[in-house]
Amino acid sequence: MKKVTVRVCSGTTCFVMGASNLQMLHEYVPEELRDWVDIQGAHCLELCRDRNYGAAPYITIDDEIVAEADLSLILERIEQRVRG
Amino acid sequence: MNYHNYATRLRIDLCIRMLHAYFDGKLIEKIDRIPLDMRPRGGEHARCCIYRDRAIIRQRCISVLGFGTGPEEDELTPLADYARRALERTLIEGPVLHVIEEGCSSCIRSRYEVTNACRGCLARPCMLNCPRRAIRIVQGHADIDPALCVNCGKCLGECPFHAIIRIPIPCEEACPVDAITKDEQGRAVIHFEKCIFCGKCMKACPFGAIMEKSQLFDVPQQIRRGCRVVAMVAPSIIGQFPGSLGQIAAGLEKLGFCAVVEVAHGADMTARHEAAEFTERMARGDACMTSSCCPAYTDLVKKHVAGLAPFVSSAATPMHAMGAWVKQQFDPQARTVFIGPCFAKRHEALFDSCVDYVMTFEELGALLVAREIDVAALDAVDVEPAGRREGRGFAVSGGVTRAVAGLLADGAGAPLVVPALVDGLSKKTIALLKTVARERQPGNFIEVMACEGGCVSGPGVVAPGAAAVRQLEKFLENSQAIRNGCADQHSHAQR
Repeated sequence: MKKVTVRVCSGTTCFVMGASNLQMLHEYVPEELRDWVDIQGAHCLELCRDRNYGAAPYITIDDEIVAEADLSLILERIEQRVRG
Repeated sequence: MNYHNYATRLRIDLCIRMLHAYFDGKLIEKIDRIPLDMRPRGGEHARCCIYRDRAIIRQRCISVLGFGTGPEEDELTPLADYARRALERTLIEGPVLHVIEEGCSSCIRSRYEVTNACRGCLARPCMLNCPRRAIRIVQGHADIDPALCVNCGKCLGECPFHAIIRIPIPCEEACPVDAITKDEQGRAVIHFEKCIFCGKCMKACPFGAIMEKSQLFDVPQQIRRGCRVVAMVAPSIIGQFPGSLGQIAAGLEKLGFCAVVEVAHGADMTARHEAAEFTERMARGDACMTSSCCPAYTDLVKKHVAGLAPFVSSAATPMHAMGAWVKQQFDPQARTVFIGPCFAKRHEALFDSCVDYVMTFEELGALLVAREIDVAALDAVDVEPAGRREGRGFAVSGGVTRAVAGLLADGAGAPLVVPALVDGLSKKTIALLKTVARERQPGNFIEVMACEGGCVSGPGVVAPGAAAVRQLEKFLENSQAIRNGCADQHSHAQR
């Protein structure tokens, strides 16, 4: 098991494109993984620059960027990373 | 249906693309390419092929430009023509809602279907008990003939294997007043003489086939022409965008609005009026009074429950009160834009000279994304006059009652408020309202909200659900009340 840091972009673009749905992400993380995941809000990660809004919302898990992030995709990636 | 789905995403994406073209000064030149850009050759498609998808996106463009498709127009009318007309237009026309013909999947008429869980049993109770003899056995399975079936649902209850299912038609199911039905081709048709513009069908259609005629380009076009345009934001805006009210206001100023005001200030006026009117009505012996701030509800009374009309408060809606305030106190020449989660307000504003335009939070979101405005990074500006806790509370169900009861608490000789809440219009709650009209009141102050949970769950929100509501509640806690300690005085009254 490895500890990971998740940053959820709260720039306007990500928020409008679906990150508003990720505000309660911590409640969806399975209990056995909770101690291993640190979820942080983040200012605009500037991944939507140059009109690249289509793949928003973005989140990062450590140094990995996840585009078109939704709950199930994020949880899947978290689990992969934590369990290594 | 959850707000977060691909139909919503497509709608926002389309608005952003159109706005990018507009802000580049190339909407007319570029718009006919948008459906092709969104569904490129060899790419993915949601329907049968990219051509059908493009045809539907084309019709969506027409809605976003604020038009329906009239009988004189067909596929040969270029989108550029619509765009030109949209940019030249200064008047808005109704009806504000329409069905994207190509988009409607024409959900099947017969609502009952036999699934493959059917065992073709010996007893065959479905067949025997069908009053129309619509069920036959075909290759060992029961089969419903849609031409004979009258959707009575008897067979569903008879099958011991639960093999018969009922397939709802989402738009018809969602409409609380039976204003949407099928035509001969099976496509949805809205009957505007019955429609109360609640927007529930729009939210419910899984094909996103019901769209509003947007004013997305009218507003920036007014700004571009040099008009003074005032943004009137509904209290439910808190939690809809990252950042505080002051930061959202800063974002609106960056978009070119000359001033930002809170509709909550208008709601404060509505609450004061309702409190005074309630006192008067109780003194003269009225059985009850209902709220009047929800335009879908007042339209419902007009079209379906006329008996309730004498009980509806005469208070102006917060939107109207605020529009009138801007035109009288701020600048009579200013153009007013209501920005909120509400769809019925778009219809209401058509008949209100104080409110020129209506935009949803979703549309504001598209504007902010198109202009790359990061709300949370802006310095907050003051919003004057500030709304109070009473008016700001109108955004959640129960808020109107809390405001009126709070204003009346402790007043000498004030009548006791016995509240009743109709939280969301549905066939069931409308039946209840009809009994109120026949003088069977569940309380003496009846608050009616068309959307379950109140305006915070309106059809035009970007961020539905608990997180937004939590932020709004926190905002209310930190808001100043017209009457100090509004909540305390409420409990005081019960003592």
